[in-house]
Amino acid sequence: MRRRVLALAQIAPALGDLAQNFALHQAKIAEARAAGADLVIFPELGLTGYQLQDLAPEVAMRRSDPRLQALAKLTSGGPSAVVSFVESTDDHRLFAAAALLEGGEVRHVARKCYLPTYGLFDERRFLAAGDAIRATRAALGGSAVQGDVGIGIGVCEDFWHPTLPSILAQDGAELLINVAAGPARGASVDADQGLGSAASWGTLLRATAALTTSYVAFTNRVGVDESLIFWGGSRVIGPDGVVLAEAPLFEEALLLAEIDLDEVARARTALPLLRDERLELTRREYDRIIATRAGLEEA
Amino acid sequence: MSGESGRTPHDELAIDPEMVAAMCRSFITSHVASTGAERVVLGLSGGIDSALVAYLTAAAIGADRLVVVLMPTASSSPSSKADAEAIVSDLGCQSELISIEAPLAALLANLPAGESVTPVRRGNMAARLRMTTLYDRSALHRGVVVGTGNKSEMLIGYSTIFGDAASAFNPIGDLYKTQVRELSRHLGVPTQIIEKAPSADLWPGQTDEGEGGFDYPTLDRVLYRIVDRRLPLEDVIAEGFDREFVLRVSEMIRRSEFKRQMPPIAKVGGRSSGSDYLYPRRRPKLD
Repeated sequence: MRRRVLALAQIAPALGDLAQNFALHQAKIAEARAAGADLVIFPELGLTGYQLQDLAPEVAMRRSDPRLQALAKLTSGGPSAVVSFVESTDDHRLFAAAALLEGGEVRHVARKCYLPTYGLFDERRFLAAGDAIRATRAALGGSAVQGDVGIGIGVCEDFWHPTLPSILAQDGAELLINVAAGPARGASVDADQGLGSAASWGTLLRATAALTTSYVAFTNRVGVDESLIFWGGSRVIGPDGVVLAEAPLFEEALLLAEIDLDEVARARTALPLLRDERLELTRREYDRIIATRAGLEEA
Repeated sequence: MSGESGRTPHDELAIDPEMVAAMCRSFITSHVASTGAERVVLGLSGGIDSALVAYLTAAAIGADRLVVVLMPTASSSPSSKADAEAIVSDLGCQSELISIEAPLAALLANLPAGESVTPVRRGNMAARLRMTTLYDRSALHRGVVVGTGNKSEMLIGYSTIFGDAASAFNPIGDLYKTQVRELSRHLGVPTQIIEKAPSADLWPGQTDEGEGGFDYPTLDRVLYRIVDRRLPLEDVIAEGFDREFVLRVSEMIRRSEFKRQMPPIAKVGGRSSGSDYLYPRRRPKLD
């Protein structure tokens, strides 16, 4: 059995306050360690806050930033951690990034590929979009016997483009991680849990787990940035699309859930959706559509 | 009006009051914390909007950190004062009674000789005197002023810019009047406050619905269609709403757009507030 304990840190970051947010992350890593977690997952921009606007370049960090490295050091004795921050690069671009910290190091960084810039969102104005979708292997507290776990990280809106979790699963992810800063909207009794955003995310996440036959771990923040109230509701979903654990709405929480990665193998045997995916067919049709849109082919 | 979705007119604006209350509490708690204020200062009229915000604030940060200010004029109805006092007694918060009649009379007496003043001008003067009073009390109490305008009245412009519309933050500004009533019932706002006709209390017997020629449930359903659902007016009318009323509501929204925004600043320099100098309202000192 490849059992792992996940800890979803549903925190309320302080907008722009790096020192306070680093302290909060340190405390939650310690709490997760005490609870026996193998991986603790923090929400999108948990180290910086979300509604940064012109603060984004001022709180941005390189991967090599000593503060990030110091946080990574805390993972040398476990648990591993996924933390999110504004990443700055040599060419002075800024990304909404999520890093896997493991064994005392920054092991992997996923940059948000889809930046919502509509309605209440204005991300593309301040940030650059990532242009790589990569799964990675992580020990997550495992021994040599237990082996590594294939993980894929997306940042919030990334999962609303189903190609992204789909590619992560094809690339080897068994555990799909979404770190989110999802604002509440659409309060109505007609929606599950009384909240439109909770209802639509709930549907999306269960569908993503079922369609990729993967575990999905979704950590959404709580608290308030300006007008936005973040709804929380972090959850872990099994490869059959069933919710295994769920945090409350609007309250801070450390949600613990044990998963067994061997379930992924069984799910994919029973329902070989990934095996039967036609990557070449998908690519061919996308190539055709791209060429047609560019006027290179007849419609 | 049920349509294919099978929704009744009531359902579409129905909220889960427990959840919305949690959202509002979180919003208040966070903004009070980020401003570093010790207290929240609130103008309590005896009406449902300010009553609801008082209950939400008390639930969020404790009644001991809530200071309500009653600011009647001579034309305020005695029942408004009694209703406000019932809230104070129920919540156990600190309250102050500061009549604005004398400053209002002084402003009116200061007008050029023989100039008559319309009820609207007088009402705006009163609203801005209350704002002045509240902001001064907030300085004394090391507090912040919480807003109490609801979505319905803000959308139709039934508010005084720099008067009752002025606040540090507003927890109920995205709730229609219908939803304000539902949330108020859930939070135990006294029944007589929920059930009485909404009034700006500008003159004896005045009511919003009487003066504006609408009822809030219908207004809210029309606003919801125009604003939230972005429906063309003809589609709203086709649902059975009165054409004249729909057009009038649309016109009220259009004409009051300026009340819902900060004043534009002429962009002259390289980086300008509101255009390309965009920071959160509060931010920590960076190293």
